Amino acid sequence: MNITNLTLVETIKALEEKQFSLEELNRVYLERIKKHNSELNVYLTINESSNGLPAAIKDTIITKGIKTTAASKILENFIPPYDATVISKLHEQGVSALGKTNHDEFAMGGSGENSAFGPTKNPWDKTKVPGGSSSGSAAAVAADLAVFALGSDTGGSIRQPASLTGIVGLKPSYGRVSRYGLIAMASSFDQIGPMTKSVEDAALVLDWISGSDGYDSNCSSDKFTLQPLRLQAGIKGLRVGVPKEYFGEGLDVKVKEVVETAIKKLEDLGAEIVEISLPHSQYALAAYYIIVPSEVSSNMARYTGIRYGTGRENLGKEVMRRIMLGTFSLSSGYYDAYFTKAAKVRTLIKRDFDGVFKKCDVIVGPVSPTTAWNLGEKINDPLTMYLQDIYTISANLAGIPGLSVPAGFVEGLPVGLQILGKQFDEETVLKVGFAYEQATQWRKEKPKL
Amino acid sequence: MKQLYEPIMGIEIHVELNTKTKMFCRCSADYFGKEPNSHTCPVCLGLPGALPIINEEAITKCMQIGLALNCSVETNGSYFERKNYFYPDLPKGYQISQLVRPLNINGWLDVENREGNVTRIRINRAHQEEDTGKLTHIDGQTLIDYSRSCVPLVEIVTEPDFHDSSAVRDYAKKLQQIFRDIGVSNADMEKGDMRLEANVSVRPVGQTELPPYRVELKNINSFNFMVQAIEYEIKRQVEELEQGRTITQETRGWNENKKETYLQRSKEEAHDYRYFPEPDLPELQVDTSNVERIRLQMPELSINKMNRFMEEYGLTKQIAATLVSQGLMKLFEETVKVGGDVKAVANLLVNRKVDPGSSAKQIFEQIQNKGIGVIVDMGEIEKLAKEVIDENPKVVEDYRSGKETAIQFLIGCVMRKSKGKADAGRARAILEKFLKG
Repeated sequence: MNITNLTLVETIKALEEKQFSLEELNRVYLERIKKHNSELNVYLTINESSNGLPAAIKDTIITKGIKTTAASKILENFIPPYDATVISKLHEQGVSALGKTNHDEFAMGGSGENSAFGPTKNPWDKTKVPGGSSSGSAAAVAADLAVFALGSDTGGSIRQPASLTGIVGLKPSYGRVSRYGLIAMASSFDQIGPMTKSVEDAALVLDWISGSDGYDSNCSSDKFTLQPLRLQAGIKGLRVGVPKEYFGEGLDVKVKEVVETAIKKLEDLGAEIVEISLPHSQYALAAYYIIVPSEVSSNMARYTGIRYGTGRENLGKEVMRRIMLGTFSLSSGYYDAYFTKAAKVRTLIKRDFDGVFKKCDVIVGPVSPTTAWNLGEKINDPLTMYLQDIYTISANLAGIPGLSVPAGFVEGLPVGLQILGKQFDEETVLKVGFAYEQATQWRKEKPKL
Repeated sequence: MKQLYEPIMGIEIHVELNTKTKMFCRCSADYFGKEPNSHTCPVCLGLPGALPIINEEAITKCMQIGLALNCSVETNGSYFERKNYFYPDLPKGYQISQLVRPLNINGWLDVENREGNVTRIRINRAHQEEDTGKLTHIDGQTLIDYSRSCVPLVEIVTEPDFHDSSAVRDYAKKLQQIFRDIGVSNADMEKGDMRLEANVSVRPVGQTELPPYRVELKNINSFNFMVQAIEYEIKRQVEELEQGRTITQETRGWNENKKETYLQRSKEEAHDYRYFPEPDLPELQVDTSNVERIRLQMPELSINKMNRFMEEYGLTKQIAATLVSQGLMKLFEETVKVGGDVKAVANLLVNRKVDPGSSAKQIFEQIQNKGIGVIVDMGEIEKLAKEVIDENPKVVEDYRSGKETAIQFLIGCVMRKSKGKADAGRARAILEKFLKG
């Protein structure tokens, strides 16, 4: 049996059946990490004493006693004195951190290349990026270097790398999962979510980490509970919206074909396809890159090097860029023209979704306009890099859930299908993802390392 | 003819609330005099990943302050904002405060001066925010105590309705009494529970519009220093204008030794705080029924009590004011309740013919036994006091070993021996003389 090939649900079953022990499970994963980590640069810290269900944790998530760097030189040696709420919740389920994964510094980036500790490589092609910002968590799951991973998603940082590495990634609704202990990038956007080998695994991890938390005022008491029968109920008669704005200029023709084939598959499974329009989508990117840097500029102010960490000269270029953009947008004389206006656009985008969800139950489309690109290809062109987020950021602006499921390949590189749902309706999103996953075999494809 | 100028001023008062826990975390807010940094957690230290939560007790107390100052409480989504600036005592790099929609707005407070003239001071706002850590500078080093970080602070801002320094003092003292009456803060200036800032400008007499500048006087830690600083500042500004110079927006401090204000920060160095809505916190959920419930539960303010005493008991303003300022209102009401004659009780209390430690019943008996007449013959009281001291060696020993309250018992004994006729104040003085002698 290939232990590291198993999904989380399969691993739990095998442990229950005593096919192997937790010690063996951890040993096998640690051995595999030792073999492949240096070529892929997935883990920044490896926890040799992991003894539970071994999970890869993005290094923006605070772990008590385990170095947490935010992939930045400014926190290079920071060992937190407390655990994030999601970590405490996972401990209760017998999960342990196998290691802390690489990502773009402070989660700012879409390729993984902004890490202060070097880029992560895409397991499908080591000359390509794995996407970002949750690059290491995506690569860890794709390369079977963890049973599952946690990532965080502010504008697509779970879904886009999931798409580019052929795994399942779920950004939950804003407020579904506690953010206490997530190193903040943009507080009104950030969500922690599962990155897994199957849709059912994603549902199970969401069940574990969601629910109220007395340490996060914006966290809902509405806990997600995995109900396998409802997950497996099928999608006959379900209305699937396809927004015309997500298939226009900029979308790679071959990626488009893969997504259209996936939509056809949903129709074959009994879904009703509805053409819809999200007219304010064209302003989403502009609004996002005003509000997010504004919050970033304030959230980054605590890193002074006075009480912990090193000096601000150690921050990377992209982090500096966003601090500057946000400081400008919030400045007296510019605030109304930038921040206030962007906040109004955000409201319009939310209304677009509210209107559309009267006509359909989920929205589907591409996750990323292209497949994984070459390392270094876009690193000096921030605007092109920002455009890679075009299909994912709206979900963060509106606070709705979004899932990426493997939907095929273009020239050997994975392509994901994005499924968006109403706020707090992860169940329907996962049900569609599950039906699609069962009807296709994409998730069983593995990269050759 | 020489141009005359008049000062025009607004006041900002910060008051620390005496809540059990801090504003945005679960640490104890009772930090004063404790080991530095002993009352801290990831939230008030601004560690990566930590988030604020709202202290409901603080919000209630902030609303009590608003109601006591005749404000409207915002029931349409008051919310918090971030005030961004760098200072080492501010661990997050921003203070959670309120700008656009504060919890309380548009109030007023009537302030009376010594001559009995009443000025109505308009209150612009009373909003909720958090305190910073405390810096201590020793031998060229700076130490930071974050135990004060995140303690609830309410800021009360007036309109520019002050025209002399004594009105500022009257206003500040009245606010201090209100904070104590409603039990939201100890309002102790020395401990920094209450901090004053004044915005001072002057304009030609007769001009109605506001001057194009204001000078902020900051970091002044007593009522007297504030009055001195304001007076100095008015004089300085008038002189500047008389010399034909323009005064610019700036912040000034008070040098106690030189008795003068000094420049702390000029307009060019002013902060752009880049306020924006605090994304980590939801809007406050306050509705009219919350506000009415808090209004009903509010303790009676001294000032209202004074007015009520005048109306209900027909007391003169002077007597009512004395009862209130000496904290004798409760004793007065209780004694009247058990049957004491209003005038007799008031006279007895106001003229200190009774020991403040006495019970209502004792005072009543005192009046019953001898009208309002009392023994003032020192010789007679001395005789009784000696007897009492001889009869109670244990209590005397307690008193001498530092238990000062023991004297109450001895005064009570003298009063009983005199059948309530002794002057309690004199009894105390005589006992103290004997016991300490």
